[in-house]
Amino acid sequence: MNEYPEQPKKRDLLKLVLTGGLVAWAGSVFYPIFAYLKPPKQPEVEVSNVKAGKLADIPKESGTIVKFGSKPVILVRSAKDELRAFDATCTHLDCTVQYSKEKGMLWCACHNGTYDLTGRNVGGPPPRPLEEYRVIIQGEEVLISKKS
Amino acid sequence: MKKLLTKYYSWIDERVHLEDLVHFMGKKYVPIHRHSVWYYFGGVSLFLFIIQVITGIMLLLYYKGSEELAFESIQFIISKVEFGWLIRSIHSWAANLFVLAAMIHMFSVYFEKAYRKPREITWLTGMLMFFLALGFGFSGYLLPWNELAFFATKVGTDIAGVVPGIGEPILLFLRAGEDVTGATLSRFFGFHVAVFPGIFTVLLGIHLVLVQRQGMSEPHGFNPNEGNGEKTMPFFPNFLLRDLLLWLIVLNLLAILAVFFPWELGKKADAFAPAPAGIKPEWYFMFMFQTLKLIPAKIWFMDGEVIGILTFGAAGALWMFVPFWDRKSSKGEKNRLINYLGIFAVIYIIILTILGWIL
Repeated sequence: MNEYPEQPKKRDLLKLVLTGGLVAWAGSVFYPIFAYLKPPKQPEVEVSNVKAGKLADIPKESGTIVKFGSKPVILVRSAKDELRAFDATCTHLDCTVQYSKEKGMLWCACHNGTYDLTGRNVGGPPPRPLEEYRVIIQGEEVLISKKS
Repeated sequence: MKKLLTKYYSWIDERVHLEDLVHFMGKKYVPIHRHSVWYYFGGVSLFLFIIQVITGIMLLLYYKGSEELAFESIQFIISKVEFGWLIRSIHSWAANLFVLAAMIHMFSVYFEKAYRKPREITWLTGMLMFFLALGFGFSGYLLPWNELAFFATKVGTDIAGVVPGIGEPILLFLRAGEDVTGATLSRFFGFHVAVFPGIFTVLLGIHLVLVQRQGMSEPHGFNPNEGNGEKTMPFFPNFLLRDLLLWLIVLNLLAILAVFFPWELGKKADAFAPAPAGIKPEWYFMFMFQTLKLIPAKIWFMDGEVIGILTFGAAGALWMFVPFWDRKSSKGEKNRLINYLGIFAVIYIIILTILGWIL
């Protein structure tokens, strides 16, 4: 005969406490590790517009990369003397695009993606068009601002 | 001299029973057959890894892992430090030869079906080490902080970010932020010199212990005891000496490559410069790079790149777990499907790599 009769309720409670304790312990060990590995958000200065230089210094049929906060923006002056600006980050895999005089297009050297001068993806693997920025001419100065 | 050596040997033997180890090594044999040559590539990979550890530690004495100083410190190593150019060139060349040797080793094990029971764990640890070798290559590529490395890292980490669901947190973890910056360099430096070597060493230990414990895999139907002319060779010293001879040849090849084709440093990375024309990844990533170049922007309703990356991921997983779905080989039966899949993979990699170079 069993001297110590089974006490299922007590045993279940003990199991629950031990399992809960183990989970809490694992959480208290791993949570700080994962939290540490996640990079903290760095405060960035909100940029609404930037000066891209003097109009006279921007040649026709050229593309110039301009710093827009921490992002590269490409300012294009076409053969027809149109000024347009786009996010210079290729929508395919994050490379920075350039203006190709031979193609008369925006071109990404990484995977041979092409965009026309309205930013539309027209060749290669890019899945989306480039985001367009507004170009404002104030006297001699060229300004680039985000489209609202 | 001999007396002295015997004395030292006896001193150690008395304490750690070296005799058992020598006896164990003496029992180990290597099967001789028409594919025996492939057995050497595991050893060559090991040798090149040792070269990497030594030259890596030497570079570490001068390298500075920050956005402002990384490029300049490599310039300093190759221009001011005596034989710095040689050490850096050997490290870069050996990295490539290491991936090549590991790749040949992996394919030979695959085609020989040496992964079959009871060597599943050996295969798995080998595959994990192969992925780590690619990780070593990818993380080490960024450390000089040059133009090519910068964009290669942007593309590579963006590929990880494309994976639905888990991609975004992985990208943030790898880049230490949304963009590739000095913080990414610090992280990759940490992966390259601490995290990866630590994990690699543990896996290598398990891999080598298993190879010693289970012995070399034999081809299907190989039985030297039946007197049908099939032979074996003692591992120690016969095979080991052949191994060492090959290591010497590899060392010479490495020296020739490092001296006559010194590894270039290129231009310092500039986050606000366009990707340079003709940009290409290292040869072992070329087939994936070329596939992503050729894949259409949209396939049905999904982005082409997502489909490409998920397909490569699935193919890699299928490859890694081959011992668990190739039941026939474990039972000693022939499995032609495995050969066809392997041949397809080899041809695909070769053709896409060549296309990547010429297109």
